[in-house]
Amino acid sequence: MGTIVLLTLTGLGLAALYFLVAAGLSLVFGLADVLNFAHGLFLSVGAYGTWWAANNLPGAGPGGFGFVLAVAFGVAAGALVGALVELVMIRPLYSRNIEQVLVTVGLSLAGVALLQASWGADPRDFPRPEWSRQVSVVLGAKVPNSILLLIVAAVVVLALLLGFLRYTRYGLIIRAGVENREMVTALGIDVRKAFTLVFVIGGAVAALAGGLGGVYYGSVSPSQGGSLLIFAFIVVVIGGMGSVVGSAYAAVVVGLLQQFVNYYGTSGAGDLCVVALLAAVLLLRPQGIAGKAVTA
Amino acid sequence: MTELKTPPAEAKAADVPAQPGRRSWYAVIRPWLPLVALLIFAILPYSTVSLPGIFDGPLNSPGTLQLLAICLVFGGLAAGYDLLFGRTGMLSFGHALYFAAGVYGTDILVTKGGLPLWQAALLTLVGGAILAALLGAVALRTAGIAFAMVTLAFAQVGATLVALDFQGLTGGEEGLPLDVSGLPESLVGVANTVNLYWLALAYLALVVFVVARVAASPTGRVLAGLRDDERRIGVLGLDPYRFKLVAFTLSGSLATAGGVIYCLLVGGASPHITSSELTLSLLVMVVLGGPGTRWGPVLGGILYMYLDHRLTDFGSSAAVDSLPGVLSGPLSQPLFVLGTVFILAVYFFPGGLASLSSRIAPIRRLFPARPPR
Repeated sequence: MGTIVLLTLTGLGLAALYFLVAAGLSLVFGLADVLNFAHGLFLSVGAYGTWWAANNLPGAGPGGFGFVLAVAFGVAAGALVGALVELVMIRPLYSRNIEQVLVTVGLSLAGVALLQASWGADPRDFPRPEWSRQVSVVLGAKVPNSILLLIVAAVVVLALLLGFLRYTRYGLIIRAGVENREMVTALGIDVRKAFTLVFVIGGAVAALAGGLGGVYYGSVSPSQGGSLLIFAFIVVVIGGMGSVVGSAYAAVVVGLLQQFVNYYGTSGAGDLCVVALLAAVLLLRPQGIAGKAVTA
Repeated sequence: MTELKTPPAEAKAADVPAQPGRRSWYAVIRPWLPLVALLIFAILPYSTVSLPGIFDGPLNSPGTLQLLAICLVFGGLAAGYDLLFGRTGMLSFGHALYFAAGVYGTDILVTKGGLPLWQAALLTLVGGAILAALLGAVALRTAGIAFAMVTLAFAQVGATLVALDFQGLTGGEEGLPLDVSGLPESLVGVANTVNLYWLALAYLALVVFVVARVAASPTGRVLAGLRDDERRIGVLGLDPYRFKLVAFTLSGSLATAGGVIYCLLVGGASPHITSSELTLSLLVMVVLGGPGTRWGPVLGGILYMYLDHRLTDFGSSAAVDSLPGVLSGPLSQPLFVLGTVFILAVYFFPGGLASLSSRIAPIRRLFPARPPR
């Protein structure tokens, strides 16, 4: 019983990480039709931003309120990079999708190399709050606190995103833009502001995943973002592109599947199962779980 | 997926009035230029010229030849990848898988299976083709960006399988050195690097030949049609799915063949060739060279691999080290330089290297030809 609870919760923790990366990816894709390879870079920016702030920013530190400040700094850095990428690199190539993908590919290569040049290729110790190293007992299972932190953060982000998409004007524009961008433009709404906005949201959420992922892994390295990104892509395809809720469901399925198969089968078999699931979803329901472009 | 258009014919620049004598001389020699280039590359190992700054040793030293051979193999790989990207308009992010299948397939069959090289190579080729056909059949149920993601996911499985090191088959993170005891004498040892170089050259020539033949065939025209407007091909009563699958399988098989050569060339397999970064670099090569052209991807592949190897030296050279830290750090990372060049190329140089001559044409027109004597 304890094992199953533990596996479920660690699976959900992994799912939370996937969801945080995939949510922004899915929104960016749904609205702007951009497959954002630089999304992994946003995550790395968040991780390194948090790491840097915890060590150097006055008032920030590895514990207590200082940690909140450090994460906030990382998230702000991610949001800023997201906005810059959209304004400087994506916008000039408006409606030229292949070129946009190519630019994000170049950015992911150059960005990771830049991080490597600045802080080296080796993993760096991540400053963690003391309580995140301890375990809590949930239903007889000893669960690391960092996993619970990830799950709580993902649930909060999901609720905030859904609230934003449902109850605000910009959320409405984003939902409408995902549904039919030409129509929104024809109605006289500047949909490009919404593009910038989804990049900011995606960057911030991915950066949060980077900061909290650093707590979870205990270290940061430049290539961390890239390896998470591939599973985030899978989550986005399974969940249906453009759908936040679909991403959440798919992330839970993928995370649990990976964790359970890796434990009961050989390690690494979980990754294979996830891709087999992807192939099955594509064969049976090519548009993903949530169907076509239904946000919120 | 329809934004890629065939670059304008390069011969246009030649139509501008100029010396008639020179023109006809060039027109006669032009169709033979590829053969001349092939010949030059083939006799290159006999030269002892050393080009300081460009290569470390003289041209016929094993180190230089191996670097050149790697460049040639990647020129061929890029040309094969362009069959998908530039000529059919399919953005695949999983090409590394078929290349890695070639490398690991040969390596495992020779080292663990004890097969003679020709059997191993043949089996690997057949296996790579079947793999590409099977995975392509699934992945092509999606199109556009989703196709890119699915191919990426499949390639990730390959990387995971290699990393898993099932029963010690792939050697995991350390890679698997090739057992050379069963190989033909002429392909083993530093002294015989030149034979591998010729093998790589033959591979490049084969890929260029196959891709050019396919592009010129009726099938090639359908592929170009798929790139420009897939719906129209469907309306004409042709099945886009089948044609795309043919292109995908052919391109995958060419990559597998390249993997076989690469395995011999570097004497084994290492896991980094399974990573998605390899596919991304193929994409960079094709875009830098000029997608959808005959020589663009080849040039891009050769140049990229050359820079990737040489920039590492350049980055640790005294000239770069003397720069302030803000500059010298990023410049010592080849991928930073190449990634930045790539981004700039996407904005300002959409046709890549292959469009250079048509780009210079307006400038050349400014300078009138020599007045007749």
